[in-house]
Amino acid sequence: MNYTSAEMMVVTAARMLKNGDRVFVGIGMPNLAVNLAKRLHAPDVHMIFEAGVIGAKPSRLPLSIGDPCLVTGAGSVCSMFDVFAFYLQRGLIDIGFLGAAQVDRFGNLNSTVIGSYERPKARLAGSGGACDIACLAKKVFVLIPHEKRRLPEKVDFITSPGFLGGRAERSSLGLEGGPDTVITNKGVLRYDETGEMILTSIHPGVTVDEVLASTGWALKVSSTLEITPEPNDEELRILREELDPTGVYLGGAVV
Amino acid sequence: MKQAKVMSLGKAVSELVHDGDTVYLAGFTHLIPFAAGHEIIRQQKRNLTLCRATPDLIYDQMVAAGCARKLVFSWAGNPGVGLLRSIRKAVEQGELEIEEYTHYGMTARLMAGATNMPFYPLISNLGSDLPSVNKEIRYVTCPYTGKRISVVPALKPDVSIIHVQRADRHGNAHIWGIVGEQKEAAFAASRVILTAEEIVPDEVIASDPNRTLIPGMIVDAVVEVPWCAHPSYAQGYYDRDNQFYIEYEEISKDPENLSKWLDTWVYGVTDRREYMERLPADRVLALQGRRRYSYPVDYGYYA
Repeated sequence: MNYTSAEMMVVTAARMLKNGDRVFVGIGMPNLAVNLAKRLHAPDVHMIFEAGVIGAKPSRLPLSIGDPCLVTGAGSVCSMFDVFAFYLQRGLIDIGFLGAAQVDRFGNLNSTVIGSYERPKARLAGSGGACDIACLAKKVFVLIPHEKRRLPEKVDFITSPGFLGGRAERSSLGLEGGPDTVITNKGVLRYDETGEMILTSIHPGVTVDEVLASTGWALKVSSTLEITPEPNDEELRILREELDPTGVYLGGAVV
Repeated sequence: MKQAKVMSLGKAVSELVHDGDTVYLAGFTHLIPFAAGHEIIRQQKRNLTLCRATPDLIYDQMVAAGCARKLVFSWAGNPGVGLLRSIRKAVEQGELEIEEYTHYGMTARLMAGATNMPFYPLISNLGSDLPSVNKEIRYVTCPYTGKRISVVPALKPDVSIIHVQRADRHGNAHIWGIVGEQKEAAFAASRVILTAEEIVPDEVIASDPNRTLIPGMIVDAVVEVPWCAHPSYAQGYYDRDNQFYIEYEEISKDPENLSKWLDTWVYGVTDRREYMERLPADRVLALQGRRRYSYPVDYGYYA
């Protein structure tokens, strides 16, 4: 079966969602993952968008986080303040999907600058809701390409707190929840008891050495390392025929 | 009898937006008042502090046109496409002062401004580097639990510009779909310019008071501007012109190219009607979708 690495990431994320999960979701791959899960094992997942849409049922592929198709037929639409205060801060969000330019050893995320803040090599978009979600969601899932510069030992700027220097440091600030899973194009990473990232699964065809060489620190490898199950025909059919028929997000090289 | 509020966009911007003002053009992806931003560019307003959670293409254009001294924001990207190149370049070259928050922080700032509180507490920013580069993000100790709570200062724009689907001549306005930070931005501001897809008879607005997010009592100018939000959208009126958001990536890559675009589409037209007339008809028609009405509610009649 041929599939792209983006499809592998989306399918892996979708399988991790449980029916009834309340998921704070962005557009692109996270949106596809949640919609895929809804069509298969988790029809009652709630999709919540920072634009203030609760229980979105998009009739087409949303191309922006405030796409009108998210509103029509949704469970509820509220203000941005309400979605952050009443839903996120209230503790109703099980999983927050975040992307970032960098994620580090302890799951801290950077979406602000590469280089120094004052004289950035590259200025990025900034937090948006990411820092809020990282502080308040019960679990944070990150989707990111696996490259050394994207997974450095320490991020250039902590936009969104992970475990900071470890689980103890995060909880000392009174923050609950936190980083849970990182899905890359090479594998799946979780966090150990100290809050350090650990490789728990590699995708078919990927070697551990390849993952280590693409990570910016001496990455821990689980003693029970698994091979990530491949996407199946039905998952790929739904993704290709129903969710992203023109390959906006899922195009790219076949693995 | 109060002075009539209904006026042209040119008059509203000329009378209510001043050089050096702090302005907030509201709308999260939805109902972004592009036509008002273009009018501000045409009138060559200068040294503005531009505030928006998502600056979007409109602030990128206003920065490129030299209107801005400072940008206050929480996410400066081209939604669904990539980066805002004029803003990014101005920041990287140190030409634009910035002050950034999280989305929750920005909306909480407006909430404080709108409700006349000096600050707003929120559980966020903890552990982030944002407070180290933005000294306006501070902490208080909760007087009840002793917990450390992050606070953000009130944002009180000199003028907010709010686009809505429909309003009456007094400025009572109906908004539906994504309501973003419209209400908070309106109540937080000293002056409010309301642009509307249509100005409707008073009784249309009065027929559904729960949908009136903005009351006329805080509105200074009411302007009818159909298609004001293009290339963003107005729920039920027209769709987002995603093609333009993608094209803007190319348009804005080269500052000279963007300057030509501004000459054609902003300086080269007198108003939104002329701008719309320049867009190909098939492209405009494609943005008008099918109707889908909600079920009416019964407010009851109590005599």
